[in-house]
Amino acid sequence: MSSSTVQSTATTTAPGGGGRAGRGGHGTREPLSWLERIRAVVGYFLTVYRRTWRGSIIGRFASPLFFLLAMGLGLGSLVDAKAGGVGGLSYLHFVVPAIVATQSMWVAMGESTYQVMGYFKWNKMYAAMLATPLRVADILTGHLLTVVFHLATATTIFVAVAAEFGGFAGWGALWCIPIGVLTGLAFAVPVFAYTASQQTEDGYNILFRMVVSPLMLFSGTFFPIAQLPVWLQPIAWATPLWHGVELARGAATGVVSSPVAAWVHVAALLAFVGIGWVLALRLFTRRLVA
Amino acid sequence: MLVSARGLTKTFGDFVAVDGIDVEVRRGEAFGFLGPNGAGKSSTMRMIGCVSPATGGELRIFGQDPAVDGPAIRARLGSCPQADMLDEELTVQENLWIYGRYFGLTKAQTRKRATELLDFAQLTDRRGDKVEPLSGGMKRRLTIARSLINNPELLLLDEPTTGLDPQARHILWDRLFRLKRQGVTLIITTHYMDEAEQLCDRLVVMDHGRIVAEGSPRDLITRYSTREVVELRFDSDDHADHIDAVTGVAAASRVELLPDRLLVYTDDGDATSADLHARGVIPLSTLVRRSTLEDVFLHLTGRTLVD
Repeated sequence: MSSSTVQSTATTTAPGGGGRAGRGGHGTREPLSWLERIRAVVGYFLTVYRRTWRGSIIGRFASPLFFLLAMGLGLGSLVDAKAGGVGGLSYLHFVVPAIVATQSMWVAMGESTYQVMGYFKWNKMYAAMLATPLRVADILTGHLLTVVFHLATATTIFVAVAAEFGGFAGWGALWCIPIGVLTGLAFAVPVFAYTASQQTEDGYNILFRMVVSPLMLFSGTFFPIAQLPVWLQPIAWATPLWHGVELARGAATGVVSSPVAAWVHVAALLAFVGIGWVLALRLFTRRLVA
Repeated sequence: MLVSARGLTKTFGDFVAVDGIDVEVRRGEAFGFLGPNGAGKSSTMRMIGCVSPATGGELRIFGQDPAVDGPAIRARLGSCPQADMLDEELTVQENLWIYGRYFGLTKAQTRKRATELLDFAQLTDRRGDKVEPLSGGMKRRLTIARSLINNPELLLLDEPTTGLDPQARHILWDRLFRLKRQGVTLIITTHYMDEAEQLCDRLVVMDHGRIVAEGSPRDLITRYSTREVVELRFDSDDHADHIDAVTGVAAASRVELLPDRLLVYTDDGDATSADLHARGVIPLSTLVRRSTLEDVFLHLTGRTLVD
């Protein structure tokens, strides 16, 4: 800072001042409504997104293309030629809806691990927000709504691109968008809670290697879980991804074992979101309000 | 009374960070918490800032209870924590715009206020730049500007100049003086004596979570120290060897031993120096200075503030 700069602004006064009389009125305004608080939080995360969207959008388009190339042309042609598809479906139509759910899981993981850790530890934005009239629940809600936005964007792009290249049999594919968002959220909310409980990023190694990667392989994405040993199958039932995969596949192909089963899948995913929310709120509060 | 605390306590498990302090801060004053690291200053500030619940005692800010009215109190506060907590990937002005929304300011109000505050913080030239490459002093000023976005009646500054170079500190002090003149009540924590003397009308000295003294800087010096101090450095590994030779020298009331020097507390530094010379005590260097809050702290706790 040069001395001339100091000189030129020497007459500057702090605007407003502290006395109640001369105030602009906003310091003592009505308390913010719930909606205003959530919008303010979402506003921050969207401002951040405005800086980074170009990079992320390229990945959003590229990822379905890679999958279609590998699964449709590569693995799919092999499976269809040797086994005549899976349960009457071409392998591509079998696998693409499941991959919508799976990639939604990956997007959710990306948004709820290092990102969230950063707002706790690195730029401390959560703490900065809490020094204002915002509450922990506002911050959590606002951030999770932003995650919903990312999930919706990513899933929509994935479905559109995959549809363009013949990844779906019919319009039922549109159901994959809300199902993808719900599946992603069933991961994001509990992982928000997990992140709040972690002081370092070391725990993510275990999470990705022992939870996320095995889930991708053993949740019926690439083959029906009936192919697994019987003792392994209940594990799939307890994971959000299997429920998301089954829902997405059923909706896209129209091959649904029973409507009851579909509602059980939805209920299971909602349970992950609901229990995750209770844990996340508790762990966020414990970490931020000490 | 803007802030009043009675028996305010904060514990973390077995550790007592704040041990039952009584504090009152009046509207319009600059009030300081002075003490070494770990004295409980930041914990106190976080309780006043309504981001950390008190473990015990009573705390009122604007007459309201943080446990009940935290968000309403925070709406009227400005808070500069020790860490800047800026989004360094965003621009200077974006950091202000975003913050305004948290207080429910409209977009137009926020933009107008941000323009004024950028001017106040001398950051108008850098408004469109990312925060990351800014100097420490600029980031600190931006944090202070941000904390003023809601026109707070009370501004909390936790170690505002720690880590800044002397010029950046003086610029910051100047900005804080302006705020004070405009009637913003300031609460400042610091472990810098000169900062406390410069900025604070009244302060408390904290040590181990307790308040050990309270008053204006001048009061405290009068009460706990002498008018002047003679600092003596000897060519010697252990300054304790020289205490006997110095004890009882003219005008002096006591001698304090530090690892690298002796401090002679006296009402007349020149008379003391002259008498030392007459006694044949020849130190490497002799410095006569006025008493500061550092001396008060040393007297009260037996330790220097910044080791």
